Amino acid sequence: MDIENAIELRNITKRFGPVVANDNISLQLHKGEILSLLGENGSGKTTLMNMLGGIYFPDEGSILVNGEPVSIKSPKDSFHYGIGMIHQHFKLVDVFTAAENIVLGLEGEKGKLDKASIRKAVREIADRYGFEIDPDQKVYEMSVSQKQTVEIVKVLYRGANILILDEPTAVLTPQETDKLFAVMRNMKKDGKAIIIITHKLHEVLAVSDRVAVLRKGQYIGDVPTAEATQQSLTDMMVGRSVSLNIDRPVNPEQNDRIVVNHLTVKNKEGVKMLDDVSFTARSGEILGVAGIAGSGQRELLEAIAGMQRLEPGSEIRYISPEGEQTVLNGMDPLDIIHKGVLLSFVPEDRFGMGLVGSMSIVENIKLRTYRRGKGPLTDRKYPTDLANRIVSDLEVVTPDVNRTPLRRLSGGNVQKVLVGREISCNPSVLMTAYAVRGLDINTSYTIYNLLTDQKMKGVSVIYVGEDLDVLLELCDRILVLCGGQVSSIVDARNTTKEEIGLMMTQVRREGADHE
Amino acid sequence: MNEPLIRISKRDGISKPKAWGIRGLALLFSLILSAVVIFAIVKLNPLKVYVSMALGAFGTGKRIWITLRDTMILTCIAVGLAPAFKMRFWNIGAEGQMLVGGIATAFFMIKFAGKMPAFLLFLCMIVTALLFGGIWGLIPGFFKAKWNANETLFTLMMNYIAIQLTSFCVSKWENPIGSNTVGIINPSTKIGWIGDFLNSDNPVHYNNDFLWTILIVVLLAALMYCYLRYTKHGYEISVVGDSENTARYAGIRVNRVYIRTMALSGALCGFAGFLAVSAVSHTISTSTANGRGFTAIIVAWLAKMNPFVMILISVLLTFLDKGAIQIASDFGLNEYASEIISGIVLFFILGSEFFINYKVKLRGHKEG
Repeated sequence: MDIENAIELRNITKRFGPVVANDNISLQLHKGEILSLLGENGSGKTTLMNMLGGIYFPDEGSILVNGEPVSIKSPKDSFHYGIGMIHQHFKLVDVFTAAENIVLGLEGEKGKLDKASIRKAVREIADRYGFEIDPDQKVYEMSVSQKQTVEIVKVLYRGANILILDEPTAVLTPQETDKLFAVMRNMKKDGKAIIIITHKLHEVLAVSDRVAVLRKGQYIGDVPTAEATQQSLTDMMVGRSVSLNIDRPVNPEQNDRIVVNHLTVKNKEGVKMLDDVSFTARSGEILGVAGIAGSGQRELLEAIAGMQRLEPGSEIRYISPEGEQTVLNGMDPLDIIHKGVLLSFVPEDRFGMGLVGSMSIVENIKLRTYRRGKGPLTDRKYPTDLANRIVSDLEVVTPDVNRTPLRRLSGGNVQKVLVGREISCNPSVLMTAYAVRGLDINTSYTIYNLLTDQKMKGVSVIYVGEDLDVLLELCDRILVLCGGQVSSIVDARNTTKEEIGLMMTQVRREGADHE
Repeated sequence: MNEPLIRISKRDGISKPKAWGIRGLALLFSLILSAVVIFAIVKLNPLKVYVSMALGAFGTGKRIWITLRDTMILTCIAVGLAPAFKMRFWNIGAEGQMLVGGIATAFFMIKFAGKMPAFLLFLCMIVTALLFGGIWGLIPGFFKAKWNANETLFTLMMNYIAIQLTSFCVSKWENPIGSNTVGIINPSTKIGWIGDFLNSDNPVHYNNDFLWTILIVVLLAALMYCYLRYTKHGYEISVVGDSENTARYAGIRVNRVYIRTMALSGALCGFAGFLAVSAVSHTISTSTANGRGFTAIIVAWLAKMNPFVMILISVLLTFLDKGAIQIASDFGLNEYASEIISGIVLFFILGSEFFINYKVKLRGHKEG
């Protein structure tokens, strides 16, 4: 029995100061199986996996690989035992080719770099498992999914028998996800053991053999995937029954709120990130924005927020609830505030743009409120009250609002603070980029509900998302971006996931009409 | 299980008394190590050396005043650096900003002595010192904002310009002619000496110079504390320091904050130049700043931009400096001996920050 387990964790406990991240966890990974590790944010999944990856060392308990007790002190040890981790953020050298990245850091024979044999070995791995990879392609020319392939081939090349994939599908289109799953099944057939961390339940059901659930640092149990449903898994994860339906009421009162015409934006290198984009966002609706990562979503929202330089001919017009028109081109965020345009924005990069990680919740609320009142001093009372309100309304878990730096909170709590702050400004336009990225089911649904509430209040909500199932359930209309162009604007109620997936990869010029 | 020998983990936070306990312990250890080094190298009784250092800094009433005054000048520069550093703008040009402030002060003392009432003269001295220092800080701020010029190199090079400018002024104002120094300005009338401002009849003249310096700098430190902590400007500075993008997102005009803050930083360093000339040396030379613009960086950094803590750190550094001079004369040691002690003390204090931020756990121990 013992030898059947690729990995066995026995009574693993890991503490960070007073916080118990993993509490006496015992878990087995069988050879030739795909195990999904499921849990809400902060439930200890990543901590547990990092102990296999050699990043943390357990306080108590033992780890067995292939039945042998081992001590994994560093990522190098982890490799030595045949464990390969594929992190969410790729660690590749941009100017090197796929093959060069794959052998990077390995000790070659007699200091020689035999490119031909490396290429051959890479091809062999690719053929065996069904990867599509060109060993001579430079990393900077690759799409996100190709980079991920390089990462996976890299660990296989180094002889990994146990693979740990941390949210591998977060950055992929549905088609790419299917390809990844096919490869994973091939690896399983070859006897490899795989752990996958993902928040998307339909993927868990599609690819894994068994699901293990963590909740608040504790091991709740495992079930064969065949006996699980989305609902049963969610209930296990959250610890109580949760409704998995997104309510999509119709707000009968809809007016044009943001009118974008011929919007073109270039990046620093002069490459067009947005190319002649035209659309209208209406009050009382959620306009979804779909597209492969980097198709211009970021630039689109930043352009509306006044943070991008627009090319001549672009126009962004704001129509207030009273019908007053304001042209926003050429304005910076402060101008927009001074014009009385109530624009809220949840940016993609939480700590790089929306929040300051080293500051407390109150200080972060102040980003929006510090200008209140005359005189040179900032008001502390209002943001403190607001912080307390957000913490209690959205159930933010934090030791206090005044001292703990935001960076110390878990991802879900950070996002709640950000979304809560932006909604508290009583916006007339609410833009969100990947508002639920990395969030667990429960928090995600809280945020979906908040957005729908805003829509029903007559706010124009623009929702940039990556999960097509959610986009189709949550939004009223979906704008599909492809390479900076509008591929199509469709009614979310009568479109399928496959249709959108297709539009994400090819522009249908005739479909990109200006309404 | 085979545990690693030493494990280092980041602390979740530490109580204030505990943090200060660690720093105190570091200071104690540094004194013990210094004692061992002193004994091993020069075979002197370390206690006697320490007593001599203490006497050098605080031995007589006048020494106490001098130590406090020099502490305050150092604090003043550090207070000037605080807003720039809080903004992560590495202003290492305090030396030059101080010099140009000193030049402005000396100019009025030399050229307008007796030609305007004391009140007006002081006003002119202070305003021009602030203005010159401010401009010296504003220039790199402007270039950073406009063309993203590297502020570290820029402010550093501005120092050399200021030194050359000072040399030029010294040659113009030299007194007596041929000495290539400015000499003590208004030695008999004491016009433009800050201690002279209110009470020129006071026989213990230096006390006034000293008192003014101390009062003004403590006031500045308090104002800076409030500015960084409670004002809209102070808030903008922290946000810009953490992330320019976040600042832009929140509608903060980053370029304006750069320029404004650097003008303020430079102005306060210029004011330190005013104090150095009007309250301390009563002359101007290329060594008016004397490296204090750089020492103040250590002060500001160790104090984590808290102006009140800066006073404490300045006391320590000035104490080491004064003590060093004393042991050099008492025991015939050259300056290297005292520099070793200063080095050991600073090393331990800087090193203690590691133990404040991280926990070190040894194998088999619960905590270490």
